[in-house]
Amino acid sequence: MRSFSETFQNKSKLISRRMFILTSIKIGVFVSIISRLFYLQISENIKYRSLSDKNRFREWKMVPERGIIEDYYGNKIADNIQTFQLHMVPEDVPNMEELFFRLARIINFTETRKRIIIKRLKKRKRWEPIVISDNLTWEEFSKVNLFLHEIQGIKPVVALSRKYSEDGSTSHLVGYVSETSIKDLENNEYLEEVNVPGLKIGKNGLEKLLNPKIIGKPGIQRFEVNAYGKRIKELALVKGIEGQNFRTTIDKEIQKFSLELMKEKSGSVCVMDIYTGDIISLVSSPTFDPNKFVHGISQKDWDILIKDKKKPLINKPMAGLYPPGSTIKPIVALSALENDVINPKKIIECKGSIEFYGQTYHCWKEKGHGFMSLRSAIKQSCDVYFYEVARRLGVDRLSVTAKDFGLGKKVLNSFYEEKAGVVPDTKWKLKNIGKGWVLGETLISGIGQGYFQSTPLQLCLMMAQLANGGYEIKSRIIDDKHALQPVINAWREEFTNRNRGINIDSPNLKKLYRNPENIKFVLDALYGATNEPMGTSYRSRLTKEYLYAGKTGTSQIRRITAEEREQKLKQKDLPYERRDHALFIAFAPYKNPRYSISVVVEHGGAGSSGAAPIAKKVIKKLLQRHELRKKFQLDLFQEA
Amino acid sequence: MIQNYFQKSNQSFKEKFFALDFMLIFLILLLGIISLFAMYSSERGNFSYHTQSHLYRFSVFFLLFIVISFFKIQFWYKSAYLFYFSVLVLLFAVDWFGIIASGSKRWISLFFINLQPSELMKVSLIVFLARYYNKIPSQNVHNIKYIIIPFLSFMIPVFLVVSQPDLGTAVLIAITGLIIIWLTGFRIKYFLYSFFVLICLVPVGISFLKPYQKSRILTFLNPERDPLGAGYQIIQSKIAVGSGGVFGKGFLQGSQSYLDYLPEKHTDFIFTLFSEEFGFVGAVLILIIYALIIYRIALVGRNSRNNFARLFCYGFAAAFFVYVTVNMAMVLGLLPIVGAPLPIMSYGGSSMLSVMIGLGIVMSCKLHQDEEVH
Repeated sequence: MRSFSETFQNKSKLISRRMFILTSIKIGVFVSIISRLFYLQISENIKYRSLSDKNRFREWKMVPERGIIEDYYGNKIADNIQTFQLHMVPEDVPNMEELFFRLARIINFTETRKRIIIKRLKKRKRWEPIVISDNLTWEEFSKVNLFLHEIQGIKPVVALSRKYSEDGSTSHLVGYVSETSIKDLENNEYLEEVNVPGLKIGKNGLEKLLNPKIIGKPGIQRFEVNAYGKRIKELALVKGIEGQNFRTTIDKEIQKFSLELMKEKSGSVCVMDIYTGDIISLVSSPTFDPNKFVHGISQKDWDILIKDKKKPLINKPMAGLYPPGSTIKPIVALSALENDVINPKKIIECKGSIEFYGQTYHCWKEKGHGFMSLRSAIKQSCDVYFYEVARRLGVDRLSVTAKDFGLGKKVLNSFYEEKAGVVPDTKWKLKNIGKGWVLGETLISGIGQGYFQSTPLQLCLMMAQLANGGYEIKSRIIDDKHALQPVINAWREEFTNRNRGINIDSPNLKKLYRNPENIKFVLDALYGATNEPMGTSYRSRLTKEYLYAGKTGTSQIRRITAEEREQKLKQKDLPYERRDHALFIAFAPYKNPRYSISVVVEHGGAGSSGAAPIAKKVIKKLLQRHELRKKFQLDLFQEA
Repeated sequence: MIQNYFQKSNQSFKEKFFALDFMLIFLILLLGIISLFAMYSSERGNFSYHTQSHLYRFSVFFLLFIVISFFKIQFWYKSAYLFYFSVLVLLFAVDWFGIIASGSKRWISLFFINLQPSELMKVSLIVFLARYYNKIPSQNVHNIKYIIIPFLSFMIPVFLVVSQPDLGTAVLIAITGLIIIWLTGFRIKYFLYSFFVLICLVPVGISFLKPYQKSRILTFLNPERDPLGAGYQIIQSKIAVGSGGVFGKGFLQGSQSYLDYLPEKHTDFIFTLFSEEFGFVGAVLILIIYALIIYRIALVGRNSRNNFARLFCYGFAAAFFVYVTVNMAMVLGLLPIVGAPLPIMSYGGSSMLSVMIGLGIVMSCKLHQDEEVH
């Protein structure tokens, strides 16, 4: 048996030995902790620092100021105005119910609104401000400021919001802005980039197509936030970029004047500069108040707009499709002349109707026009003559000319609501209807009926391209001098050549004709239609410096039955929806033309009585304002 | 009686005073002061509740540590069992009339202080085992007679603490017990056998774990599993430490803690806060201070002539080391978050009391290193 002290000695040694092992382990563990610290704090420092910053900083985007849209003379047609808003910070409100009760006594605060806000409150952080009302009247706003001490947690805010012209003359053209929807974001990458809570975006018209430039870039406020998302302090402010301002080619005065003339009527007025393609007027009637959409339209107002038979929300100059009717006759005549299928001196007798292949085709004038030449057929709009022209020409050759002059394709490609219309030909019918072309359809195509569908803006462009001597122009609505300069130069060259009597094709202008004499013939026939007795728009003629030339059109929206023809039903006796559309296209002045116009009055009866009188007034106004427009334009053209 | 232990000494008070380990005292004071600054920072630079409370506790318990140092080692030897059993009784008492806070019953109200007996168990267990093994020859350690009591001595508290539930403290107590048993000469192969058995028992054990404990372990294995829930603490803690860099973000500049991203920043995650503000340099400095403290404690053990003192000091040094490294490994994402405070640095009275008593006994061993116990 070992002595106690020996045992003790052994034990002591054992403990020390084990302690040594333990110390080694300790050193190992310490080293591994230090390496871990080294890894986290030195090797991975950048990663964790950025993670920490990501925790710490949060950015709030600020709604940029939307660009302004002006007309050609600097009148604002879409402006930003101050609006008075009420914001509420939920965490500052001692008693929500009491606050709502008090608010209801100060401002127009309905139960529905209250319910919406309570619903929204549940999804929000308590320190995030919520908009209680975004469009207070000045009276309400000042009242709120007066009672501010009673409504703790409420913050009166002055913000900017969109304001459109009260008269509604540019409603369709400009469109309107409204709150960004999820659908908008899905369809638009650009919007996703600039989207900020509270941002309003263009939903249609110019506002929509200009979105990418007119919105601007949102500013950024950077805050330090705590773990619960509460803002602790502002660190940086990056100013946003205001949206670009735009000047349009529109003349607001003419726009307003035209809308006034179209009052109570449904239809459109388009005016275009025949050289630059500048759209001067683009009126759709009836109109609506776009301001109602900015702060969210009420169900009641929406229902009224939707149920209106005259369809106030449709942008008729671009999205309204009508058979061009007799307004296509100048193109039919031109096409026939260009293709040498008819001698303008060819005489055809109109007896009020004509038979082809066993079917009767009527002229609009029941008694008949008598003996007609091509010029008088255009002038008096004789259908019988044009049945024959169309028969000789054939629909395929007609469609080529019609397309050249702007029918069947979009005029302004940028508007999403614009429609392309239809210029039928044999291939088109086979493809879209699946049946072969019937000769009878060629005849009615010759008077702009049948499958023909065109927008008023297309008719205006067609007229412009005839009136400018048969050259292609590109329509535009946003004024941009840089893009215009080459166009001006091309025309200047063309005019100089013409003045010198040199017949050289300008390389910068696209000719739409083969023989300039044919264009001259058609324009002269149009002169006859307006300014000679028997002409269809003779009653709407203007004299002296206002002299113009135009073509009426009456487009049937259904077949006239034999029965009706016998009863000699008058247009005004028919129910509104069954009346014909009245059309009129014209260019003015007749000498040295500058403008083209198209007027469409839906269910307005005959073109001569329904549309031409309106066009006459617009033309007069237009020519009166010509000097002013010239001042604003670079003075480009030496009048020929 | 206490008087006896004070006065029946061969050394004068003056001699004893100069025998104090001033290096150790300095290190502890230094750590205390650093912890006060960290606490001050955890309250965003306000001298408010936690900082004040931490200051009072540190002052009082530091004095206690000095007072205990002058106790004769014989006193601790004699009262070792009494100490252990009183704490064990308190631990049972927690089960009966403990205070429930954040879902677990850990505290007991002693009128002036809310005590956490499980923390005191950490030190009393060491005292108990040191006394128990004092006279058992190392070749008898494997005798079944001498195995049962040591294992029961830590298994009972572990069981009680787990059921509170407080997995962190339980693990620390168990590790402390095992280390001491091993130090006395328990053969390593038995540990390996029991470890093997333990592994086999893991699936059974898992079924006993509370859902939150399971989630903590799963989260440790993959913190990104639930970044806003259970993994949040580990992720945010790693971000805080990692973003500190070499020299840290500066005193009171730790954005992770200042902006409340860091959870429990005044208790378990105080080291994270410090590492964020003082960087790698600061963190390593803390680590060195702890290493030196552990070294000084072990040194006292080595110079002690009696086995009780030696075993206690070694045991305490090992336990202290475990507390420090478990906490650090936890906040650095090397171990699951189990709720283990960092000695002296972390806010918490019981933990500090326990550590200070332990340090006091160590110092007492130092002052009486040449004395025998019987």
